[in-house]
Amino acid sequence: MATQAADKPVNETAPEAVVVRFAGDSGDGMQLTGGQFTLSTALAGNDLATFPDFPAEIRAPQGTLFGVSAFQINFGSREINTAGDAPDVLVAMNPAALKVNLESLKPGGLIIIDTGEFSKRNLDKAKYDISPLEDDSLAKWEVLAFDISALTIEAVKPFGLGNKDALRSKNMWTLGLALWMFDRERAPIEEWLKSKFKSKPEIADANIAALNAGHAYGETAELSGPLKQLHVDPIESKPGLYRTINGAEAISLGLVAGAQLAELPMFFGGYPITPASAILHHLARLKEFGVTTFQAEDEIAAICASIGASYAGQLGVTSSSGPGIALKTEAMGLAIMTELPLVIVNSQRGGPSTGLPTKTEQSDLYQAVYGRNGDAPMPVVSCSSPGDAFECAIEACRIATQYMTPVMLLTDGYIANASEPWPVPDPSTFTPFPTKFMEGKGADEELLPYKRDAKGARPWIKPGTPDLMHRIGGIEKAVDSGHIDYGSENHQVMTDARMNKVLGIDVPDQEVSLGEASGKLAVVGWGSTFGPIRRAVDNARGKGLDVSHIHVRHIWPLPGNLGDLLKSYDKILVPEMNTGQFKTVLRDQFLVDAQPLTKTSGQPFTIAELEAAIEGALA
Amino acid sequence: MNAPVKIETTLKDWETDQEVRWCPGCGDYAILKAVQRTLPQLGCDPSNTVFISGIGCSSRFPYYMETYGFHTIHGRAPAVATGVKLANPDLDVWLVTGDGDGLSIGGNHMMHVLRRNVNMQIMLFNNEIYGLTKGQSSPTSRIGTKSPSTPIGSYDRPVNPCAFALGAGARFIGRGFDVSKNLPDVLKASHAHQGAAFIEIFQNCIVYNKDVFEDFAAPKGAGDRQLWLEHGEPMLFGDPKVGMDKGIALDRDALALKVVEVVDGDWEAAGVLVHDATNRSVCHMLIEMPFGPFPMALGVLYDDPRPTFESAVVEERAKSSAGKEANLAKLLAKGQTWTVEADEGHPTD
Repeated sequence: MATQAADKPVNETAPEAVVVRFAGDSGDGMQLTGGQFTLSTALAGNDLATFPDFPAEIRAPQGTLFGVSAFQINFGSREINTAGDAPDVLVAMNPAALKVNLESLKPGGLIIIDTGEFSKRNLDKAKYDISPLEDDSLAKWEVLAFDISALTIEAVKPFGLGNKDALRSKNMWTLGLALWMFDRERAPIEEWLKSKFKSKPEIADANIAALNAGHAYGETAELSGPLKQLHVDPIESKPGLYRTINGAEAISLGLVAGAQLAELPMFFGGYPITPASAILHHLARLKEFGVTTFQAEDEIAAICASIGASYAGQLGVTSSSGPGIALKTEAMGLAIMTELPLVIVNSQRGGPSTGLPTKTEQSDLYQAVYGRNGDAPMPVVSCSSPGDAFECAIEACRIATQYMTPVMLLTDGYIANASEPWPVPDPSTFTPFPTKFMEGKGADEELLPYKRDAKGARPWIKPGTPDLMHRIGGIEKAVDSGHIDYGSENHQVMTDARMNKVLGIDVPDQEVSLGEASGKLAVVGWGSTFGPIRRAVDNARGKGLDVSHIHVRHIWPLPGNLGDLLKSYDKILVPEMNTGQFKTVLRDQFLVDAQPLTKTSGQPFTIAELEAAIEGALA
Repeated sequence: MNAPVKIETTLKDWETDQEVRWCPGCGDYAILKAVQRTLPQLGCDPSNTVFISGIGCSSRFPYYMETYGFHTIHGRAPAVATGVKLANPDLDVWLVTGDGDGLSIGGNHMMHVLRRNVNMQIMLFNNEIYGLTKGQSSPTSRIGTKSPSTPIGSYDRPVNPCAFALGAGARFIGRGFDVSKNLPDVLKASHAHQGAAFIEIFQNCIVYNKDVFEDFAAPKGAGDRQLWLEHGEPMLFGDPKVGMDKGIALDRDALALKVVEVVDGDWEAAGVLVHDATNRSVCHMLIEMPFGPFPMALGVLYDDPRPTFESAVVEERAKSSAGKEANLAKLLAKGQTWTVEADEGHPTD
C-alpha cells in the first residue's frame, strides 16, 4: 500500500499478484514461515499485504479444527491493498488445516498437502470420515500431495535429531519449497536462522538443511505434476529505502518519534492483553530513547501510572484492547478532568467481553468517542494501515501535548499483525511540537493552573517547580484557579470549555482518497478497511462506475469540511467491521443518509464483498 | 536521586487558603496538623512535595496542604503515585488513603505498591467505616458493626491493615492514631525509610463510628493499653503512676507472645523482648496481638529497608540503554531494508 502502483505490469506473462496461504497446526510454526516468506517477498521488490489468522489458544490440542493457524500473503507487481480475498495456493500441513481453509481457495488453485499428517487419527480429529485424498472432494483444485514429514526427517537425518525435533523443521522445508516456487533468495532466511539459533548451531543447520531440501524438491519435481515456478515481477516503487513493518511496531516507533518531537521522555504503562501486548514488547527494548515501560498490576493501574507520569512531566502512554480499555474508562475521565496529556492506544478485537481475542473488529468506536461517564470529550485518531499507524501515533502525541488532553489512538488486530513494505521516513522532515512547561510566575501574580491559552489548553506545571504548588483532581475545578468548585454556573462554563477545546483541535481537512470530490457514491471508511475499500473502489472505477473513496483518520473531532464533502455525493456507503457505529456518528453530526455495510465475522472485508455493495448501491 | 535540600519552613507555609471541610471534631484535623507540624521539622520543601490521594474523607487531604497535590480516583492513588515516582524519583511523595479506598476498592494497588517498594509514605486513615458515603461498614469494620448497609450488624471478617501490608511485602510498618502525641515521630521514621512506608493511623469518625478506638486511645488508662515500640528498647507498658510494670515476652513453647509482670523494673529477669524493628516474625506477632489480653502495638513496628522500585527501574533503563545510541533515523531503518533505485521513469521526487 505504501508503494506507488505501476501503470501496468512489466511482464505481460507474469501474474500481477498471487495469494498464498500457509496453514497448519498452531504448533507447526506457520506464523514464522509466513513472516519469513514476507521478508523474502519484500526483498524481491513486490508490494504485499499479509493476514495472520491464529487461534486464541497458545497450543490448542494438536490436529484439531480450532487449533489451525494460518498466514496469508498477497504480493504482486501492482499495488497491493489487502491480503487477498481467495488464495491461489494453499499449503495445508494437516487435515484440519485443509478442512478449515479449503473453502476460501480459488477454483483451480493449488493445494500442497503433507500426506505424512493424514493419519486416521488426524483425519478423525478433523472430522473427515474419508480422507479427502481418496475421494473426489478436491477435484476442482490442483493437488500436490506428498510426505513432507518424511522428506523433512530424511533431510535433517545427519544432524542426529529425534523424530519430534526433526519434524519441527517441517515449516522450513515448506518455506524452501515456497521460495523455489516464487523464485526467491534463500540467503536472508539462512542468516535469520543462524542468528535465531545462535546458541544452538545444530538446530540452525538442521533447519537450513530442511529449507534447502524443500527448495531442491521444487527443482527436481518441476518436470512432472502441477508444481510450476512462478516469477512475480517487482513493483515499480518510488525510489528510496524500504523495510517491512507491522502495525504494532509502527505504533511503537511513532510513539518514540512523537515523544522526541514533543521533547519529552515517554512513560508507557501496560498490562498484557492480546493483541496489544506487542507494543509493550517493542517499547521495552527502546529504553535508550528515554522510554520507561511499566508492566502494571492491571489495566487500571497501567493508565493511572501513565497519568501520574504525565502529571510529573513525561508523555504518558497506555495501551490495551477492548476489555482493557473498558477498565481504563474511569481514569480517562480523570485525565479529561485534570486536563493532562495522555495517549491511549486501543488495538481493537472482536467483542463484547472477551469476545474474539485474536480476531479483528472495529467495534470500539462508540467506546472511544462516547464511552465515558459525564460529558467527557476526547480526541480519537484511527490508523488505516501499518505504515499509517506510524503517522497516527505522532499525531496522537501532538494533540495530547499541545491541547493537554488524553487522545485515543484506534488500531485493530488486523493492523497490529499485518505487514507491508514501508518507505523509511526521514525524521528531519517531521515538524517538531516542543512542550512548554510553566516555569514560574510574577511575584504578585496569582497562580492560575486552569487559565487557558488561545487553544483552550491549560498550563502544564511539573511538581518540583519552585513556588507553583497547586492541587488538581477529579472534582470539578473552578475556572482559572482550579480550586474545588461545585457551583452550577462554573460547571456549565467548564463543561463548555472542555468540549470546545476538543472541538477546536486543528484537524486537517478531509481529502478524497480516490476519485472525485462529488458524484454518485462515496464509500466512507475508517481504520483497517482502507485496503479492501481502496481496491474495490479502484476496480469499480475501472468498470466506469462513479464512486469515490473517503477514508477518515480523525474520528473526533471530525474534519471541518467533512459534512459539506459528504453532502456533495448522492449516496454514502459506510463499510465497517461492526454493526454500523461510524455510520451513526456521521448521521448524527451531519444529518446525511449514510448507509451501513457491516461485517462482524472476525475477518476483514473481501474486495468482492465491497465491489458487490458498490454495484448494489449504484444499481 | 539527588540528596534532598533541607529548607526552613513553618507550619503556616504548609497550610492552604482552602476552607477545611471535614466534620467538626473529625480525627482528620489532628492528623493534618501533625503532618503540617512534622514537615517543617524534617526540612522538607513544599515545591518538591506531592500529596496524592484516592477518594473518601481522608483523600481530601491534598487540598489542605500547600504542596503539589493530586486528588485522583477511588482506590487508584498508589498507581498514580507509582507513575509520579517513576517519572521523577526526586519528588517526595505522600499517599493518603483510607480503609475503603486503600483496602477495598484499591486493595490490589496497595498490595503492588508495597511489594514493589516504591519510595513513598503511605498514610492509611483507618476509621473502620465509609464516612463520605454516609456510614456503610468497611473492610476493617469489626464483626457486628451496625450500619445502613448492615442494619443488624456486619458479618464479614475484617482485614488487619498492618498484617495485609506485611503480607504484601512492606518493609516499613508504622501505627499511630489521630490525636496521639507520638504520631509525628512515626511520620518522621516513615519519611526516613527508603521505600514504601505503610502507616496505619486510627482515626475517629465522630459521625458514623464515634469512639470506636476509645478502648485503647482514651487518655485514661492509656499506659496499660498502648505499647509504644522503639527499636532497641524493651517492650514495656503500664500505668505511668506505677512505672512500666508490664512487658511483652516470648512464650517459647507456644511460639507466641505473652504479657509478663515486671518487678522492680527488672525487665530482663521477666524475659521482656527488646524491640528489633528488622525482625519480621516478631513484627507479625505484634500486629496480630489480640487487643484486650494484649495492649495495642503502636509506633514503628517494622523497618527493614530494601532497594526501591524506582532505583531498580533507573538501573534497568541504564543497563538496557548501555552502549546504544538514541538515533531515530537509524531506529526507523532497522532490520532488513532494500533500496529502490531511481530510474528514468521514476525520478526521485
